[in-house]
Amino acid sequence: MLQGWVIVVCSIAYLGVLFAIAWVGDKRADQGRSIIANPYIYALSLAVYCTTWTYYGSVGRAASTGIGFLPIYIGPTLIAALWLFVMLKIIRITKTHRITSIADFIASRYGKSQLLGGLVTVVAVVGVVPYISLQLKAVSNSFTILLHYPDIVMPAHSAAVPVLQDNTLYIALILATFTILFGTRHLDATERHEGMVAAIAFESLVKLVAFVAVGAFVTFGIYDGFGDIFERAARVPRLAALMTFENDAAHYGSWTSLTLLAMLSVTLLPRQFQIGVVENVNENHLRKAIWLFPLYLIVINLFVLPIALGGLLRFPDGGVDADTFVLTLPMAHRNELLALFVYIGGLSAGTGMIIVETIALSTMVCNDLVMPGLLRQRWWPLHRERDLSGLLLGIRRGAIVAILLLGYTYFRAAGEAYALVGIGLISFAAVAQFAPALIGGMFWKGGTRRGAVAGIVAGFAVWLYTLLLPSFAKSGWLPAAFLHSGVFGIELLEPQRLFGLSGMDETTHSLFWSLAANIGAYLWVSLARRGDVVETSQATLFVDVFRHTQAQVSTQFWRGSAQVGDLLPLIGRFLGPARARAAFERYARAHGADSLDDLHADADLVHFAESLLAGAIGAASARVMVSSVVKEEPLGMDEVMNILDEASQVRAYSRQVEQKSRELEIASRDLREANERMRELDRLKDDFVSSVTHELRTPLTSIRAFSEILLEDPRTELAERKRFLGIISAESQRLTRLVNQVLDMAKIESGKVDWQNTEIDLRVVIEQSAAATQALFRDRKVALSLELPDEVPLVCADRDRLIQVMLNLLSNAVKFVEPATGWVRVRLSGAGDMLRVDVEDNGPGIRAEDQARVFEKFRQGGDALTSKPQGTGLGLPISRQIVEHFGGRMWVESEPGRGATFSFTLPVCGPARAGAQ
Amino acid sequence: MIARGSLTAQRLAGVFLLGWALFNYPFLYLFNRAETVAGIPMLYAYVFAVWAALIGMMAWVIERRRDKP
Repeated sequence: MLQGWVIVVCSIAYLGVLFAIAWVGDKRADQGRSIIANPYIYALSLAVYCTTWTYYGSVGRAASTGIGFLPIYIGPTLIAALWLFVMLKIIRITKTHRITSIADFIASRYGKSQLLGGLVTVVAVVGVVPYISLQLKAVSNSFTILLHYPDIVMPAHSAAVPVLQDNTLYIALILATFTILFGTRHLDATERHEGMVAAIAFESLVKLVAFVAVGAFVTFGIYDGFGDIFERAARVPRLAALMTFENDAAHYGSWTSLTLLAMLSVTLLPRQFQIGVVENVNENHLRKAIWLFPLYLIVINLFVLPIALGGLLRFPDGGVDADTFVLTLPMAHRNELLALFVYIGGLSAGTGMIIVETIALSTMVCNDLVMPGLLRQRWWPLHRERDLSGLLLGIRRGAIVAILLLGYTYFRAAGEAYALVGIGLISFAAVAQFAPALIGGMFWKGGTRRGAVAGIVAGFAVWLYTLLLPSFAKSGWLPAAFLHSGVFGIELLEPQRLFGLSGMDETTHSLFWSLAANIGAYLWVSLARRGDVVETSQATLFVDVFRHTQAQVSTQFWRGSAQVGDLLPLIGRFLGPARARAAFERYARAHGADSLDDLHADADLVHFAESLLAGAIGAASARVMVSSVVKEEPLGMDEVMNILDEASQVRAYSRQVEQKSRELEIASRDLREANERMRELDRLKDDFVSSVTHELRTPLTSIRAFSEILLEDPRTELAERKRFLGIISAESQRLTRLVNQVLDMAKIESGKVDWQNTEIDLRVVIEQSAAATQALFRDRKVALSLELPDEVPLVCADRDRLIQVMLNLLSNAVKFVEPATGWVRVRLSGAGDMLRVDVEDNGPGIRAEDQARVFEKFRQGGDALTSKPQGTGLGLPISRQIVEHFGGRMWVESEPGRGATFSFTLPVCGPARAGAQ
Repeated sequence: MIARGSLTAQRLAGVFLLGWALFNYPFLYLFNRAETVAGIPMLYAYVFAVWAALIGMMAWVIERRRDKP
């Protein structure tokens, strides 16, 4: 048995989790490690679209109209495909102009008009607050139903609770607290509410999982899969009728109009605008959300029909409201855990919508309704207050509480009335009135403020008359006669058959007339008279948002004089002096000024100050405030048109120039790279030639010196002579070796070597090399030991070249160790598909800084100045080239005083390698 | 961004037009029958299949472009 306190504790625990998530989200945002900065969270948070109206209501609609509920989700899927045209532009404009809400957006587009901002706010509040009531009602109903578990009692038949015992009131108050804590932390509304978004994303996840869980339970737990439910339902004539449309124009018409309505709503609902646009962290997240969000919608709708049909089969007598099937089906099957989970899912759907909608509405009410009103009051010396940021936050918080209490009051007053139950679509139709002004304003520069006002007023009035007032009449709040005869008894004005238009459902009917009036008035008035200067410039900035470098153009439209000393205190009054100062200092640094005193109050700065202020109090009020402290010289219409003309001509030219310069840039970059390469090669060649000549000169000099001695002094003793000739001979040999190696090196580097690749046994190579150098070791009394495994895989390489490498390493080693005490050890080992050879000695070792250099050409170990060179300086570079040619690696490990180990690896012969070569 | 991704945007617009057509009369009419497909009423099956296909196409159009720099 589910006790009341269990449900209450679970609800509170769930809300506690929300607080925790939001708290962590805000904390992480402060630390700069955002948890919402990815497209998945963004897409999930967009699912705030799915409210309890989806969660409980879809099943209810499906139970009466079959797939008639689907356009509400198909519409958003379709419009998502156009987001790169529509949403992206809205987001870009919003970010550029620091817009805070949809009211601000429309007001800003039409010349920062306070009238429009207020109008949009009023429409939004009237259209949306009842929708908040609906959420509260759903939460309250689900609680009441669950409370009667295991009996299934509809809330309408249970006793009404007094206000103070109504848990819905407490939920509303908790949500108000949440919204105040996480929605009004800062003043600047363009600073996003990361914690709130994180919580909303979590709520979306919860409601999805809960709904899918109950869907799976009904489909696969109660029935035997989709086929089973549909088959059973098909046997009941009333249910079979739900599986097809009635084939008449009205049904197809309302399907289409609902799709269109949903397309508009998912863009224009204040909460969608808040989450999708204002809270957007990164434009690129939109791309993934384009398919992730529809994916969410299809998943959450997958089980709606099975649940609806399952519910109708289970409760055929109609005693159970289809809106509650999601909850009552698990209850009827005594699955109390699932029922509780479903209730939590519904709670998440309701609270998510309420939180976001309240934040969005409170911002609008504060910026577009209360602030302009306050700024107008002459009796209240607002301009004398030094810091208004507290007042602003207070207004916003007050608005949140007021909106939620308004919603709660409407919920208590309306109860089961039609005016509340049908509010979902009514609300959608209200926000659809923003579409012409907003979408038109984004793509058409000709739309004017007067046009937008006329459109919205006309559309809103028709909506009121054809949809909202009739819903009041159906609830019994207005005389029923209103429905049938309209005002003054004129039949043509019948609200839901306006001018005799019948054969449509009420939503389609209202949508048609209201949008017709709206678009008509918008176009007519816009075309009748051109807008003023500010409107025209804002229109350009909005429509061409992707073309302009915004800062440049928006400042072109402003001319006048201002003082930093006026602007800073003004901004400080609204944002708080410290924050304003910090923002100005950032601006100063970015513009190369050392301090605020050096800052020049030009158009750029005025624009910056205004947009800063717009983030806090909305574009319209910001403009009023800023123009109160700066002296603006009004631009004439001709000048604006000139700027626009110039701008568009310049744009056309600059596009061509840009294209050309891009091509040039690419070409010159290629050239530069080629030149760089050639210079590098040239330098290498010079280095090489100078090193070679230097190395050649050393033996030549001594040969020349000794032969001159012999030539000039014929009396040299025989023993001396022999010694000199010995030196000459040795130096000539060294010269020959050097020349051979230079030629060798050149051949390898130019790739002209004829590699004789065969499968060879490295042991044989090592043994042969050891034998060849035996005499050398014996002469210097150095011990040579070999450690060879009994069996090794073969390597593919050139035998002579490998012997050359080994000889080089061995002769190097023997050269550097002390005679008598020196030893050299050669070790062969295999690791994976590589063979490894180590040549270890106990000579003086190589300093760490020289270890890489011994492989460079003509670099030798030791200090070239103090010690006599002992080799040509080419042996190791050649060896390394050879090893690398065969796919191996050569390196040295050494500690000075402890000897050195030269190692190289070679890949084992295998079919893969043979193929690669 | 519009310029760079314009092909993607146009492809998505194509998906939109396709979806708009398939989710309206007369296509809807063609599938508005009492028969079933694999036990599921034909209209339901059609709507959900088209829906899923549209989402698949949108995902394909968007994610495909990212593979190439």
